[in-house]
Amino acid sequence: MSKQIVTMTINGKKVEKAVEPRTLLIHFLREEMVLTGAHIGCETSHCGACTVDVDGKSIKSCTHLAVQCDGSEVLTVEGLADKGVLHAVQEAFYQEHGLQCGFCTPGMLVRAYRFLQDTPDPTEEQIRMGMAGNLCRCTGYQNIVKAVQSAAKKLKAQTKESVAA
Amino acid sequence: MNAPLKDRQAALQGMGESRLRKEDARFIQGKGNYVDDIKMPGMLFMDIVRAPVAHARIKKINKEAALAIPGVHAVLTADDLKPLKLHWMPTLAGDVQAVLADEKVHFQMQEVAIVIADDRYIAADAVEAVVVEYDELPAVIDPFKALEQDAPILREDLAGKTEGAHGKRYHHNHIFTWDSGDKEKADAAFSAAQVTVEQKMFYQRVHPCPLETCGCVASFDPIRGELTTYITSQAPHVVRTVVSMLSGIPESKVRIISPDIGGGFGNKVGIYPGYVCAIVASIVLGRPVKWIEDRIENLSSTAFARDYHMTGELAATNEGKITGLRVNVIADHGAFDSCADPTKFPAGMFHIVSGSYDIPAAYCRVDGVYTNKAPGGVAYRCSFRVTEAVYLIERMVDVLAQKLNIDKAEIRRKNFIRKEQFPYTSAFGFEYDSGDYHTALDKVLNAVDYKGLRKEQAATRANPNSPTLMGIGLVSFTEVVGAGPSKICDILGVGMFDSCEIRVHPTGSAIARMGTITQGQGHQTTYAQIIATELGLPSEVIQVEEGDTSTAPYGLGTYGSRSTPVAGAAIALASRKIHAKAKKIAAHLLEVSENDLEWEIDRFKLKGDDSKFKTMKDIAWAAYHQPPAGMEPGLEAVHYYDPPNFTYPFGIYLCVVDIDKATGETKVRRFYALDDCGTRINPMIIDGQIHGGLTEGYAVAMGQQLTFDAQGNIQGNTLMDYFLPTAVETPKWETDFTVTPSPHHPLGAKGVAESPHVGSIPTFTSAVVDAFAHLGVTHMNMPHNAYRVWQQLQASGVTS
Ligand code: FES
Ligand code: FES
Repeated sequence: MSKQIVTMTINGKKVEKAVEPRTLLIHFLREEMVLTGAHIGCETSHCGACTVDVDGKSIKSCTHLAVQCDGSEVLTVEGLADKGVLHAVQEAFYQEHGLQCGFCTPGMLVRAYRFLQDTPDPTEEQIRMGMAGNLCRCTGYQNIVKAVQSAAKKLKAQTKESVAA
Repeated sequence: MNAPLKDRQAALQGMGESRLRKEDARFIQGKGNYVDDIKMPGMLFMDIVRAPVAHARIKKINKEAALAIPGVHAVLTADDLKPLKLHWMPTLAGDVQAVLADEKVHFQMQEVAIVIADDRYIAADAVEAVVVEYDELPAVIDPFKALEQDAPILREDLAGKTEGAHGKRYHHNHIFTWDSGDKEKADAAFSAAQVTVEQKMFYQRVHPCPLETCGCVASFDPIRGELTTYITSQAPHVVRTVVSMLSGIPESKVRIISPDIGGGFGNKVGIYPGYVCAIVASIVLGRPVKWIEDRIENLSSTAFARDYHMTGELAATNEGKITGLRVNVIADHGAFDSCADPTKFPAGMFHIVSGSYDIPAAYCRVDGVYTNKAPGGVAYRCSFRVTEAVYLIERMVDVLAQKLNIDKAEIRRKNFIRKEQFPYTSAFGFEYDSGDYHTALDKVLNAVDYKGLRKEQAATRANPNSPTLMGIGLVSFTEVVGAGPSKICDILGVGMFDSCEIRVHPTGSAIARMGTITQGQGHQTTYAQIIATELGLPSEVIQVEEGDTSTAPYGLGTYGSRSTPVAGAAIALASRKIHAKAKKIAAHLLEVSENDLEWEIDRFKLKGDDSKFKTMKDIAWAAYHQPPAGMEPGLEAVHYYDPPNFTYPFGIYLCVVDIDKATGETKVRRFYALDDCGTRINPMIIDGQIHGGLTEGYAVAMGQQLTFDAQGNIQGNTLMDYFLPTAVETPKWETDFTVTPSPHHPLGAKGVAESPHVGSIPTFTSAVVDAFAHLGVTHMNMPHNAYRVWQQLQASGVTS
């Protein structure tokens, strides 16, 4: 099959690669870019294990073609931490025991990251709704909700600080 | 040097602490190492051609078009595996299972051929290009029909065999009859009974559906003759033994590695055709071969659970004291009997079915039956059919309460095994280790104001304008976990012990290797806590490793809540061997007798003198540097723990639901779960396990079911149809506990992760049925989705 060149920015780095047009974004990330954080749980857009951030939106990368991302900004779980410092959502999932087997976690974190950008001051109900595209079989969500709440608090405090500074 | 005791204690982060999880750092940064993350040089991809029909003869398989696709390396069928004698394989239950369909297809989505290609896209193309011609046969989906005289013979390979792995087969589609208890005594109790009740119930076919599907990477090195396989397995050592037996490769040259596992819940105990095929393909091609199931394959072919058609009967006095129990089950095992139970127990631990109650006479019988459905019968987050058993007895107690018009809590209180009766031998011969059911029940009833709830319910019932029906569910379950004593429990002859090897390093850090394997339970965190408390070394410097059969001692793996009851005990006892040696070294260093020493948190000290002591860290150094004359250097130990008995965790769960009279939608208003798992190692992790188990229970009770049409087509095998609750539907959980340690376990711990699944399912049914109880309804089959509840609303005349 003939290949097509795609250019995108992944976790702040520009990449250019030749891909088959049928290559799914999740396979491109996992196999070409060796970014194996995002996972495959269903390949039908239901579970959210493959969630990544494309141009400021949460995307299920199992049903998105790599060629659709030509020219896009892509963020995966590997890009959340900043120079070795965990992002508030990562820290909160750890502190609140928001993960068990860890398989849903990369998708959850990237979704939580975007959700909190869009909804910085969420109610519990909003969190449950906002995270509903991501399934977890282990935690029962209770601690995930707590983690998102605590990350929201921390992010708000950080924004205040940076405004004050 | 003498920090306060409580600071020293805290520094260990030992048992009882809600220590944060050691495994999280890699998972939150996308650095887990799951099977599909593994890449090997020259690795090929395998995909499977599956049967589109449930029952058929294979006329012809044409591989040519597939082989013509560039990048396709091989297409293999049963005929290709025949010369290697690998076209069939033994199952853990004593049956055989086709690795690739041999002349006949027995269920839809059965493995018919495999293709191996350069990448997964080409492999998928090749699957489409393999042409298989079938001659369809009538499919048998209903196990009762399968037992009719003129039912089609499903397993022609067993034709004429009247003996199965578990005794007589009385019909060509019959697998086994297994029974337990005293039939005559039970029958006599029923003849003499003042009251009897009977209830039929169907526990539907479901699937554990962990978020990660099954898969493996098999790599055979033809020069060294060594086989390495990364596999999503809850029991890697058993896999090694079976692979060695099947392939003829010595066990020492087979290395099975369970990497990070994305949830198991019983789905990853069995050995599936896909694993065997990938291994064969790697041997044939001399290159690593990866196979990863997709979700549809997972739900259709690997490891269903339940599918029990049960009839329960209770005999009782007019006052509600239970005098007898009888249970009869038709168990649909699908096309091959590949249940993952201890080998001698074809119905697992189903005979825990007398539950938390003191029932003098009991008998149960289970008949296994073949149908044209996928094989499995795994323990979906439970200890081998305990879920089915608990469901049955809890439902029956409710049914009896309703018949006698006694409150659900009251009838339980009346029949509980009393605290002073432990250890208690049940009518089925289990010796319950410890329990205090009355205290737990009272705690829950007080916490939720049970009386108040009943009052509110009466008011709701009396109000014709109420838009909802209110139901209160109550369950008091006892589990049997920690399989198990090797005198009765084995898998293919290997006793169900478990093991631990601990090495303390010269500088006072340690590594522990285990025969179990975590799938999210947090072993790397909790096991280290046990060692920290036992040895007085900070858990931070204790490394826990599992899953690699080349480094870990042999163990039977993680399922059936056996990690803490069995492996946890092995850890404690291995630690105690080290502790004993350390004491000798301490005595030598302090130049006193061992009898003059006492243990305090992290050190041996001279009795009554805080200034003379040696910490475990000092001792570790000495063990390598200046051990006493005649003592072997080093500080390590191995322990294989063969439990003397099972453990019996229990709990009281209460649930309040409001059912919309118009739509049948059921809202869980409150769910209160009290668990008693004996000694608690990490409360944070216990709570997490309980949240997860309750959520899985909610899924089973309220929505999960694998259904089939009359032709045997599986319906709803994607996440579009198969119910996995999101954060929106999932109720909020309230947890509580009591602590009744196990007297025979070295730590007093009983295991917890499965209780919430086992206990919550009947609680939801109890609550939903309770909403209809005043209308004479005694039972409703799961799943209690809105449509089915709405049907009941109609049938009961609540809505028209
Ligand atoms: S793998 Fe993409 S949503 Fe499940
Ligand atoms: S932590 Fe296992 S699926 Fe979420």
